[in-house]
Amino acid sequence: MTTATANHDDHADHGHHGPAKGIMRWVLTTNHKDIGTMYLWFSFTMLFIGGAMALIVRTELFQPGMQLIEPEFYNQMTTMHGLIMVFGAIMPAFVGLANWMVPLMIGAPDMALPRMNNWSFWILPFAFGMLLFTLFTDAGAPNFGWTFYAPLSTTYAPSSVTYFIFGVHMMGISSIMGAINIIVTILNLRAPGMTLMKMPLFVWTWFITAYLLVAVMPVLAGVVTMMLMDIHFGTSFFDAAGGGDPVLFQHVFWFFGHPEVYIMILPAFGIVSQIIPTFARKPLFGYASMVYATSSIAFLSFIVWAHHMFTVGMPLQAELFFMYATMLIAIPTGVKVFNWVSTMFRGSMTFETPMLFALAFVVLFTIGGFSGLMLAIAPADFQYHDTYFVVAHFHYVLVPGALFGIIAGVYYWLPKWTGNYYSEKLGKFHFWMSFIGVNVTFFPMHFVGLAGMPRRIPDYALQFADFNAIATVGAFIFGLSQLVFLFLLIKTIRGGEKATDKVWEGAEGLEWTIPSPAPYHTFAEPPHVK
Amino acid sequence: MTSKLPESGTQSGPKPSNTALKLVLAAIAMFGFGFALVPLYDVFCEFAGINGKTAGQVEKVEQWVDTSRTIKVQFITTNNDGMPWEFETLQEEVEIHPGAWTQVAFWAFNPTQNDMVGQAVPSVSPSEAAQYVQKTECFCFDQQKLKAGEGRNMPLIFSLDPDLPDHVRTVTMSYTLFDAGAFAE
Repeated sequence: MTTATANHDDHADHGHHGPAKGIMRWVLTTNHKDIGTMYLWFSFTMLFIGGAMALIVRTELFQPGMQLIEPEFYNQMTTMHGLIMVFGAIMPAFVGLANWMVPLMIGAPDMALPRMNNWSFWILPFAFGMLLFTLFTDAGAPNFGWTFYAPLSTTYAPSSVTYFIFGVHMMGISSIMGAINIIVTILNLRAPGMTLMKMPLFVWTWFITAYLLVAVMPVLAGVVTMMLMDIHFGTSFFDAAGGGDPVLFQHVFWFFGHPEVYIMILPAFGIVSQIIPTFARKPLFGYASMVYATSSIAFLSFIVWAHHMFTVGMPLQAELFFMYATMLIAIPTGVKVFNWVSTMFRGSMTFETPMLFALAFVVLFTIGGFSGLMLAIAPADFQYHDTYFVVAHFHYVLVPGALFGIIAGVYYWLPKWTGNYYSEKLGKFHFWMSFIGVNVTFFPMHFVGLAGMPRRIPDYALQFADFNAIATVGAFIFGLSQLVFLFLLIKTIRGGEKATDKVWEGAEGLEWTIPSPAPYHTFAEPPHVK
Repeated sequence: MTSKLPESGTQSGPKPSNTALKLVLAAIAMFGFGFALVPLYDVFCEFAGINGKTAGQVEKVEQWVDTSRTIKVQFITTNNDGMPWEFETLQEEVEIHPGAWTQVAFWAFNPTQNDMVGQAVPSVSPSEAAQYVQKTECFCFDQQKLKAGEGRNMPLIFSLDPDLPDHVRTVTMSYTLFDAGAFAE
């Protein structure tokens, strides 16, 4: 991705200078394509680090009993895996895609705030450097789960918790700046004629996501600040002995946490809404309803947070309210799924790799949505709470959901970025290995969860052994198949069949009107949208 | 931040710097909102009578006593993890009429070699009964300081509001004792 844009300076036919040479190009760049590329490589690196942690967890769980690692280290691995995948892999990957594609899709020359863009990226390696460095301290890495419930993360936390808190502060600042940049770009830099209701859905979903980020990342910053004060400054926000309340932590955390899960899925909805019309060769069915459905999901995400805490001891009325409000989300989500299916209905479909990932997204995300609906049933949740059923649910929405959405987007736009087609054969191999791996890993978790296997415990009862062994095999298939993806990316960047400007036969939109690979500067003269 | 803006063409809204400023202010406001959730949480719990929190100290007023019904009031004591005190209720349960003032006592003993400070945190079950519990005196209102080896009877004077719903027959008052050394006043 990177070298291709560098090598094709001569393609930049607008009389602009090309990128600077050497490492300082990347440190000082304000170019949205460079920054998008760095975001994507960063998140891909984090995917492998977080994935390695997941494989350590799965290896320990291959058999009952403790064989490989200490329970304390197991807790660090589950915690760091969650934090890195959520904040380091999924979120920056979406920001990277937005950096690359939002200006190209709305006909803008760059992001609106390019220097802030540089800054928001370069905070991230330091934030995650700080988080990862705790692994090498005597205290060990954070071990209280990615949800860091107090008092586990305050009274009983390892001393490395302070690094964790500052790491979260930094990644929060990075996300907020990225989100502000995207909103300002979309509001101010659209090409003439690009009205809001003509914007591609990827832009729309990111627009809404960015508002969610501005609204809830500061609340996350607030909750870790309260932790910091409890730990170091003698306050007692979450300590009952001093008049605080640990349950308050869960409320504030999930007030951030639930919108956060939509932050991780709405841009994937957008990507899939770009890809399916392209390969079904039909316009997206129900464009306006997609916009309204996305907005409804975003609104509802603010009033459902306590469904994560049904077992904490809430009054019946609150349980009922959060149960029904949560179930309401199934309606706009269903609208989206049916719109995707209707787009495909009687379309001239072909099944290139991006389409395969998009189709797998629709099917497997829907499975994750249904298990979410089961978890939303308050009385049933008392059985499911903190079991592997929950693990199966959120991995179905995050891996074949968010991650497949990202991978689909990368395949879809890769020829535009590099100027080369990827190897369709290798792409399909990657898809099928990932598809099989992901299901073999996570589907058995539904069964062991329903049978009562608790999450976050390094050992388990004998009757869960077979399904756990299967899940571990699946995890290795899935993990190793991402190396195929890495190989394919490098191969495509280095060369391959030259891509046309339009790339895909059925592609529509401004990003397909510029040359492939995309020149370093695009849309210096704004296009006119009819 | 706006120096890289294009000169022409792409003007479909307000100035970017204004939009960015508004969004930065929104982010700061949401940071404040996170902290505002702390008092809001208490206000909401009190308003809705949930979380089993009882109100603070009330003035003792002689009120109408509903002798037509008797409520069983149970007392439970719990030590928070690692709190070494002996902490017991001297009456496991009492049967009272709503409106009548009742005094019970709890026993706390510090068996350690150190002077310590304890704080009891009350909770009422069913939570809907919490708002009908009136206390004129409770050891949970203040931190309890016990010297090494010291023990003490701690009083609780309370009544149940006669407006207590009819279907509530049993009220459980639970006290959890915390080591409040870090918060000693």
